Amino acid sequence: MRIGLDSKWLLMLVFAVLPVRAEEVVVSAAASLTNAFKEVGTAFEKTQAEAKVTFNFAASGPLLQQIENGAPVDVFVSADQETMNAAEKKQLTIPATRRNFVSNQLVLVQPKAGSPLKGIGDLANDTVRRIAIGNPASVPVGRYTREVLQAERLWDSVQPRVINADSVRQVLDYVARGEVDAGFVYATDAAIATEKVTVVGTISTPRPVVYPIAVVSTSRRTKLAESFIAFVLAPEAQSILRKYGFAKP
Amino acid sequence: MLPDGALLPTLLTLKVASLATLFAFVCGIAIAFVLARREFVGKEGLDALLTLPMVLPPTVLGYYLVVLFGRNGWIGHWLDGQFGYSLIFTWQGAVVAAAIVSLPLILKSARAAYEGVDRNYEDAARTLGQSELAIFVRVTFPLAWRGILAGTLLGFARAMGEFGATLMIAGNLPGKTQTLSLAIYDAVQAGEDALANSLVLITSIVCVVVLVGSSQILKVRHF
Repeated sequence: MRIGLDSKWLLMLVFAVLPVRAEEVVVSAAASLTNAFKEVGTAFEKTQAEAKVTFNFAASGPLLQQIENGAPVDVFVSADQETMNAAEKKQLTIPATRRNFVSNQLVLVQPKAGSPLKGIGDLANDTVRRIAIGNPASVPVGRYTREVLQAERLWDSVQPRVINADSVRQVLDYVARGEVDAGFVYATDAAIATEKVTVVGTISTPRPVVYPIAVVSTSRRTKLAESFIAFVLAPEAQSILRKYGFAKP
Repeated sequence: MLPDGALLPTLLTLKVASLATLFAFVCGIAIAFVLARREFVGKEGLDALLTLPMVLPPTVLGYYLVVLFGRNGWIGHWLDGQFGYSLIFTWQGAVVAAAIVSLPLILKSARAAYEGVDRNYEDAARTLGQSELAIFVRVTFPLAWRGILAGTLLGFARAMGEFGATLMIAGNLPGKTQTLSLAIYDAVQAGEDALANSLVLITSIVCVVVLVGSSQILKVRHF
């Protein structure tokens, strides 16, 4: 009896020191999902008693590097198939858990105060002094942008005026502050900054912008990670994502 | 000898750090002299203000610089209107950021060095009819130079390693504003470990050379 009581106290002490760890799911997600996923996370926490979602938002490339270097992540969400393919190839994610859950569109934006651009062709013009894009080496939106500009035969003329950014949100910030004359972001990013940026137009990409989600191989909470993915695919989360402008995959 | 993509950041870093140290040195030794030898209202306040860049998080400093020098910033708007020029995303912007962070290191050491100079030597020169400028050049500075040099080398090392404020004002443009610390960050983000390794090695070697060089210079007793 007495021994039982002691071990119960000991157990309580352990849980008092490590209260949330057992129930926490860490989600590394593409920067473009920042606003929508915060709301999805809150909704998920309401459905799961004692579950806590912790987000880590950055460009998909750096997120992959963190996971590769042993970051304790349970769910990985990238803004392109390429980064997720790389994760799968390195056996960092579980292929069977991979799902495409939303799609997005590339848009050309410019500062509200700038002289209006008509379309992507105007970028060949030297009066557009600086063009912000995601760094193609690590940021998916930058790769989509480069592919479009290459297909339009604009890349060589645009490249000397390109300002590389660390994530899609940095591109948005550069445009919003008027530090660049144009930039390429996702439609969903432009939608949260309508007071400061103008959308010149939607740009069709050679490959569709489809976001995959998967459980990380080293996750110790695969059950909770899987239920988070199931929640993201379910109607409640999907309608939150629609509200922020994400489309069906 | 250098791998692809390592030469440009190395040269740029040396250029930016040297120019920034030069600016910080000229401003630092002048302001420090005034702080060490003159009494005026708000003296310690000025000292604290100029020391701030040493203690403020680099992102805060970077934010101030963006607010001041951005195209819509107070100074930046004027520069853009008058000359069509902007410091944002230029290597000159990186020099400004690096100069501001290395200034306090030079200023603090120089002030302490001046205050350690015996005022009697200066007074003796004054009785010999030397001008204040001549006293500074011929008496005070030569007696204080070791402390000033130590601070300047620290300032150079700090300027070389500048990251946060530089990223915010100068961006991360390969070949234009991408210094060694930014290139390392970029290489790690993109998973190019081989490039990151050589950049880290180069940075470490340059720092060791600066340290060894400085201790050699400090062995020399006089000019």
